[in-house]
Amino acid sequence: MGNETYAIEMLNITKRFPGIIANDNVTLQLKAGEIHALLGENGAGKSTLMSVLFGLYQAEEGVIKKNGKIVKINNPNDANALGIGMVHQHFKLVECFSVLDNIILGVEDTKAGMLQREHARQKVMALSARYGLSVNPDALVEDISVGMQQRTEILKMLYRDNEILIFDEPTAVLTPQEIEELLQIMKNLAAEGKSILFITHKLNEIMSIADRCSVLRKGKYIGTVNVKDTTKAELSRMMVGRDVEFAVQKQEAKPADVILDVQNLTVASKVNKKDAVSNVSFQVHAGEIVCIAGIDGNGQTELVYGISGLEHVVGGSIRLCGQDITSAPIRKRSVMGMSHIPEDRHKHGLVLDYTLEDNLILQRYFEPEFTNKFGFLKRKAIRAYAERLIGQYDVRSGQGPITVARAMSGGNQQKAIIAREIDKDPQLLIAVQPTRGLDVGAIEYIHRQIVAERDAGKAVLLVSLELDEVMTVSDRILVMYEGEIVGELDPKTTTVEELGLYMAGAKKEG
Amino acid sequence: MKKENTSLLRRDSFQTLLSSLVCVLGGLIVGYLVLLFIEPRGASEAIFAVMKSFFRYPGSLKLKYFGQTLVRSVPLLMCALSVLFAYKVGMFNIGVAGQYVAGACAALYAALAWNLPWYLCLILAMAAGAVLGAAAGFLKTQCNVNVVISGIMLNWIMLYLTNLLLGTVKSPTSPYTKSLQGTNPGALLPNLGMGRFFNNERSVTIAIPLAVIMAVLIWVVLNKTKFGYELKATGNNYNAARYAGMRENRNIILTMMIAGALAGMGAGLLYLTGIEEWETTIASVPAMGFNGIAVAFLGGLSPLGSILSAFFIQYITFGGGNVDLQVYCSQISSLISSLIIYLCAFVAFFKFYIQARIRRNDEKKAAEAKEGGEG
Repeated sequence: MGNETYAIEMLNITKRFPGIIANDNVTLQLKAGEIHALLGENGAGKSTLMSVLFGLYQAEEGVIKKNGKIVKINNPNDANALGIGMVHQHFKLVECFSVLDNIILGVEDTKAGMLQREHARQKVMALSARYGLSVNPDALVEDISVGMQQRTEILKMLYRDNEILIFDEPTAVLTPQEIEELLQIMKNLAAEGKSILFITHKLNEIMSIADRCSVLRKGKYIGTVNVKDTTKAELSRMMVGRDVEFAVQKQEAKPADVILDVQNLTVASKVNKKDAVSNVSFQVHAGEIVCIAGIDGNGQTELVYGISGLEHVVGGSIRLCGQDITSAPIRKRSVMGMSHIPEDRHKHGLVLDYTLEDNLILQRYFEPEFTNKFGFLKRKAIRAYAERLIGQYDVRSGQGPITVARAMSGGNQQKAIIAREIDKDPQLLIAVQPTRGLDVGAIEYIHRQIVAERDAGKAVLLVSLELDEVMTVSDRILVMYEGEIVGELDPKTTTVEELGLYMAGAKKEG
Repeated sequence: MKKENTSLLRRDSFQTLLSSLVCVLGGLIVGYLVLLFIEPRGASEAIFAVMKSFFRYPGSLKLKYFGQTLVRSVPLLMCALSVLFAYKVGMFNIGVAGQYVAGACAALYAALAWNLPWYLCLILAMAAGAVLGAAAGFLKTQCNVNVVISGIMLNWIMLYLTNLLLGTVKSPTSPYTKSLQGTNPGALLPNLGMGRFFNNERSVTIAIPLAVIMAVLIWVVLNKTKFGYELKATGNNYNAARYAGMRENRNIILTMMIAGALAGMGAGLLYLTGIEEWETTIASVPAMGFNGIAVAFLGGLSPLGSILSAFFIQYITFGGGNVDLQVYCSQISSLISSLIIYLCAFVAFFKFYIQARIRRNDEKKAAEAKEGGEG
C-alpha cells in the first residue's frame, strides 16, 4: 500500500472486555472520497470499533491517524473536532423541533443571546441543494417521513463541516425507493470529497455503492477487499466463516383449516385520533406463512397488539381456531395456542434482569410442570427445561441457564424468545420482525425455524419491514398502508418494485 | 468466560454487607464531626455513648433495655418488609408511614373501644394497613397516580383520621390513649414468659419471633414461589409481564395490600405490647414508617438483611438517648441517629462503586493477559 495517506486510519486496534476481545488487532483505513463498507455479524465488534473512533472507549493497543498524523480521541467532542460525524441507526432528533432547529442544535449562531436562524437557513438550503438532500426546514420532525428525518441527520453532519461520515445501518428503516435515493445521496457525498464509512450487513447495498469493504468476524479483522473484485458469496463467507444459503429452502405451502380469522378489526391509535388499524380483515390458515408487509408505522404494530391482546380493539372480531377471542385476556389466548415473538424484545419479550432460565419459562411458569400445587416453583424442572431449550435452539450465553438476560447478545436473546415461543407448540405463531438487527447466520437460522413451524402445520403470521424477508419467507403477502390492507400479493409472481409501490401507498387494490 | 471467579468480594450478599458497613461507619464519622463542631469537649464521650447504646448500663438494666430495643425493632422491621416487598414490584411505598398509622389506629381502637382480644386487634391492624395500601395500588392501576404522591397524601389523611378516632378512647387527663394494662389486658400480646430473660421486661412478647417469621415468610414468597416470580417480573418489566399474560394490575394492588398489611401489623406488634400509647395531638406522621425505608435499604432490600439493619437502627436510636444533655441540646440524639439513617440510603451507591471497581480490575487483568484465546 505504500505511503498513501488516508482520511482516517485505525491501526492495529485492540480493545478487550472481561472475558472477550471485542477488537483484536483490527485495522481500518478510510481513503478520502471513498465509500468504505464495514461488514460483520452482530457481536463482530463493529460498534466497539466505532465507539473507539468516537472516543467512547479507549483502545488498549493501536493508534488512530487522521491524514497520516496520530490523533488522540478521548471523548466524542474530540471526534467532532476532527470532523467525524455519524448517522445513528435510531435517529437522535428532537421530535417537536423543526428540521432547521434540529440541524443547528448545539452549534447555534447567536447575537446577544438571540438565535440567528437566517444565516443557518441559508447554509442549510445551500447544502441541501448541493447534495440533493431535499428537506422542508420549517416542518416539525414528528410530521415528516423517516426518509426526510434521515436527510435531516445527514444535513446535521454536513452543517458541522464533517469530513468523515459514518452511516450505521441507514437503510433498515427505509422503503426500496427511499433506499435508492439514499444510496444516490451517498454517492454524491463521496463525489464531493466526503469519506464515508458504511456499516451494514446488506450485501446488495455494498455491492452497488461501496468502493472497498472491510470485514470483521468475532472481533478479528478478516480483511479488506475491493468491491468490484469480489462477489456476494465471497463477502458472506468472509463475514460468517462458512457458506450461507441466501434463498430460504422451502416446499410449496399446503394451507389447511383457518386458524386465525380477523374480521373488520379496528384498533385506536395511541398518538392521534385516527384509528391505527381500520377495518382490517384477513385469515391465516394452518400450514402457511402470511406476511404483513409495510413501512414502519402503518399500523402493523397495533394490529399485532390487537390480535395478541396487548391493546383493546375498538371494533371487529378475532377468532382463533374457531373460538372468539376478541376480548379474551392475554393468558387465555396464549393457552389456546397463540405464540407471539414480539417486535421489541427488550420491552415485551424479556425480563432483562431475570436469568435466562426464568425468561424461558415466562409463558409457562404457571403450568404444573414448573409450579407445584402450593405455588412453589420447581427449580429443578425449570433448570432441566432451560437446559434442553438451550441445547436444542443453540442459545449461547456466558453462564448457561443462570446468565442474566441483559448480559446476552441480541441474537441470542432473540433465539431464547424464539425457543420459548416455538417450544410452546402453538397453533398460531405471530412473529414480528423476528430478525431485526440480527446477522446473516442468525437470520438464516430463524427463517428455517419459521418455515419448519409452517411445515409442522402451524399457522404463521409474519410482520416484517425487510423486503428480502417478505419475498423469500412468506407464502402470501398482505401490504398495510395507513392502517388498511391495500393489497394481497403472491411472492412468486410479484416484484420488489411492485411491493414498494403498494407500501408507499401509490397503488391500491379496489 | 468459562472460569468463574467465586472470591468473596464477588458475592452479591457480601457486597451488600460491605456497603452497609461503610454507610454505618460514614454515618458515625459524620455524626462525630457534627458533635465536634457543636462542642468539642464532650464529642468523643457522646459518640461512644451512642455506639455503646444499652451496653453502657449495668447488668439488669442492660437486659431490660436490650429487650426494649428488640421490641422497638419489630415495627421497624415490619415497615422495612413492607417497603422492600413493594419495591420488588417497582413501587416506592412511601405510604408505609400511613399504613403503619392505620395499623396503630385499628389495633388500639379495637382494643380500647371494643375490648377485643389481641389476635383480633392484630388482624384488624393488618386489615387497616392493607386497605390503605390497596387504595394506593388502586389509584396507581386505575388512574395512573404515582404511589409516592398518593402515599404521602394518604399518610396525612390517615394521621388526622387516627387522631380523631383515637381521641374517643383517650385518657381523660392526658393526650395519650388509655393504657391497655388498665383497660383491656386481654389485648396485650402474650409474652410466653419471655420477659424472664430480659429482667422481667413485660413488653418482650411474641411480637419478636412473629416479626422474624414474617421476614422469613416474605423471603420465601419472593424467592421460591410463582407469586414472587410474577411480582418481580412485573416490577422489572411491566410490559413483559403483561405480554406474558400475568394480571399485572391485580398483582400491583395485591402487592400494595400485602405491603400495607405488613406495616399495619408492625404497628399492632408495637402498640399491643403496651410499651407506649398513641398521642392523639401528634401533628406529624410518626417517623417509624420512613425509618423503615432506610432499614430496607440498609438491609440491601433483603428480608433477612432487614432483620439485622432494623435492630441496628433501633440500637443507634436508643444510643442517641445517652448523649449528655448538659453539653448538647436535646435534639442532638435525633440528629445523630438521623445522620446515620440518612447515610444508609447510600448502600446502593457504594455497592455500585464496588462493582465498578471489580469490573475495572477485570479489564486491566484482561489487558495484562495479552495472549488470550477467543472468548
